[in-house]
Amino acid sequence: MPTLSEAASKELLGAFGVPFPPEHRVATAEAAIGAADALGYPVVVKLGGDGIAHKTERGLVRLGLGSPQQVRDAAGDLLAAAAPEDGEVHLLVAPMLRATRELIAGLHDDPQFGMTVMLGVGGILAEAVADVSFRLVPIDRTDAEEMIDDLALQALLGPLRGEPAVDRAALTGVLLGLSEAGAARADVASADLNPLLVVDGRPVAVDALVEVR
Amino acid sequence: MAADRGTERFRALFEPRGVLVAGASTHPGKFGFVSLHNILACGYRGKVFATNRDGAEVLGVRTVADVADLPDGEIDLVFVCTPAAANPDLLRACAKKGITAAFIASAGYGEAGEEGLAAQDELVALADELGVLLAGPNGQGVVSPPVGLCAQIVAPFPPAGHIGIASQSGNFVSSFENYAQLTGVGVSRAVSAGNAAAVGVPDYLEYFADDPETSVALAYVESVGDGRAFAERLRAVAERIPVVVVKGGATVGGQRAAASHTGALASDDRVFDGAMRQAGVSRAATVEQGFEVAASFASQPLPRGNRVVVVTSVGGWGVVAADAIAGTDLALAALAPELMEAVDALLPPRWSRNNPIDMAGGETRDTVPEILRLAAEHPDVDAVLFLGMGIQSNQAELMRAGPFWPDHGLERIVAFHERQDARYAEAAAEIGEATGKPVLVATELAVTSPDNPGPSGVRATGRLCYPSANRAIVALDHLWRRSRWLARRGLT
Repeated sequence: MPTLSEAASKELLGAFGVPFPPEHRVATAEAAIGAADALGYPVVVKLGGDGIAHKTERGLVRLGLGSPQQVRDAAGDLLAAAAPEDGEVHLLVAPMLRATRELIAGLHDDPQFGMTVMLGVGGILAEAVADVSFRLVPIDRTDAEEMIDDLALQALLGPLRGEPAVDRAALTGVLLGLSEAGAARADVASADLNPLLVVDGRPVAVDALVEVR
Repeated sequence: MAADRGTERFRALFEPRGVLVAGASTHPGKFGFVSLHNILACGYRGKVFATNRDGAEVLGVRTVADVADLPDGEIDLVFVCTPAAANPDLLRACAKKGITAAFIASAGYGEAGEEGLAAQDELVALADELGVLLAGPNGQGVVSPPVGLCAQIVAPFPPAGHIGIASQSGNFVSSFENYAQLTGVGVSRAVSAGNAAAVGVPDYLEYFADDPETSVALAYVESVGDGRAFAERLRAVAERIPVVVVKGGATVGGQRAAASHTGALASDDRVFDGAMRQAGVSRAATVEQGFEVAASFASQPLPRGNRVVVVTSVGGWGVVAADAIAGTDLALAALAPELMEAVDALLPPRWSRNNPIDMAGGETRDTVPEILRLAAEHPDVDAVLFLGMGIQSNQAELMRAGPFWPDHGLERIVAFHERQDARYAEAAAEIGEATGKPVLVATELAVTSPDNPGPSGVRATGRLCYPSANRAIVALDHLWRRSRWLARRGLT
């Protein structure tokens, strides 16, 4: 099934209230520097395009760029790394967010139960930890709150290492937004918010991938 | 689905005015003998008829060879043991006699390859056309203790109560019935769905919600077909009565290969689990837990909160109970100063002065009922668990069996202890009634020494004597989670 680019995925889900960081979609290294100047350093620069689903595996994400020169170099490298099958590509410039906690959320069309919404503990060990909760779309606020309660690693959601507790109302909003997207958009086959970072207690999806049919 | 979910036809299945065993056999090993035996042996209150190819007498019942020779309008249910090929004609003849429900025990249908499946589809269509509720085929039977009906080819016949059972595995109907017999917490209806050709587990559960004899539904399922429809139908039932589900094959469909991380995390079991939580269904991890949770719904009120007081005569039990509570959504209640003071007045100073209330062997004649009452009546307490019943009666049993009985004062002390344990059982039930709060009693003697006056006293009150504190707490946690599910959705 085809995937949408990160930018298009975020646009689709953002319309349903899923929170994303402010990002600039640009075509050139110079424009990337302009965007970074506007956002403030450090920044993240990623290569985007409809054919690009798994950026990290291909080294198409550059983190913690602290100066215009670093942005220029990274942008040049990324544009050069684009393969012909990637189609039209662009650069995404975003603020570098720091988070101790990573969650994962998404939509999955189950062959038996139909569209489902998921919340889980994220990070590179997400599949091994498998601390996740599913519900059938659509969910209401109570369902969303209970999904948060379902997670076994509740300590991760409380105050942690000087950071405040996870804003449960905001996290509930993310799940409700996903559910609405899953209910309203019959063309959405799956969605990943991975990672869904917890920044100063608030959930922010720094990557999104939507599969369409 | 061709199933007719009309309440009347389910009533014909569970409360028939008369029953016909089709294919009654003189051979005591055949379904057609065993089913007739069980119907006759368990005190069914309606009339019993039977057909036999040769018109032979079976178990004192004068059979007929032809359904046409039976009276009109006296029979509601036919229990079918005849070969699959004979059943369409049989069903037509039965419908003419006014029969509106058929339990097909015969095999040779959907479980037997393509030909069987075709025969099954034909039978479903025929039953639909005739207006006959078709249960099975290939099922073990239907049981309805309130009317003494034991139309099944297996044992046991459970005591009457309020648990309605529907199962995709006939053997688990027996398992649940065995637990009912062991614990005394009884059954309203039990049915093996067999191949569920026309009537499936959700159909039975929907009937249970309408059935005044049934206060809780208990189901064993392996396949759910259209999962979304299954979840939606169970939710509608769960809004009315508690629904306990045991799911077999939880690990069969593991994780799927998926492009998305979400899809990779979406195992069958996780999605099923989420769907059941959302639907307000209590999912039990094991068959015995399924029964115990259902029995708890049937015999205890729902707690209005999660604060539990544990009362124990021995420290270790309280410690383990506290550990078990920590692993659930329940919490140990903080003892309010006035409750602390009141308990303190009843016990020697060595008591735990905390929850669990460890009486440290300091109880005298009336201490246990008084402390149970104080705890249950307190507004900051939502449920009470009592541990330590039956210890003294266990000792009494040893004394009764020993060489010194009844001398040396043994008879008197034994009578005292046995009376005490019986009183504790009564007090737990009476205090639960009076306060509208769950008051649970747990001791392994429920299993190891079921005739001990403690557990047998609990049975006499119609409640479950839990075999361990851990199992009582798991059940209570399910009660609390349902209570919370209802309250959060404005359904109380």
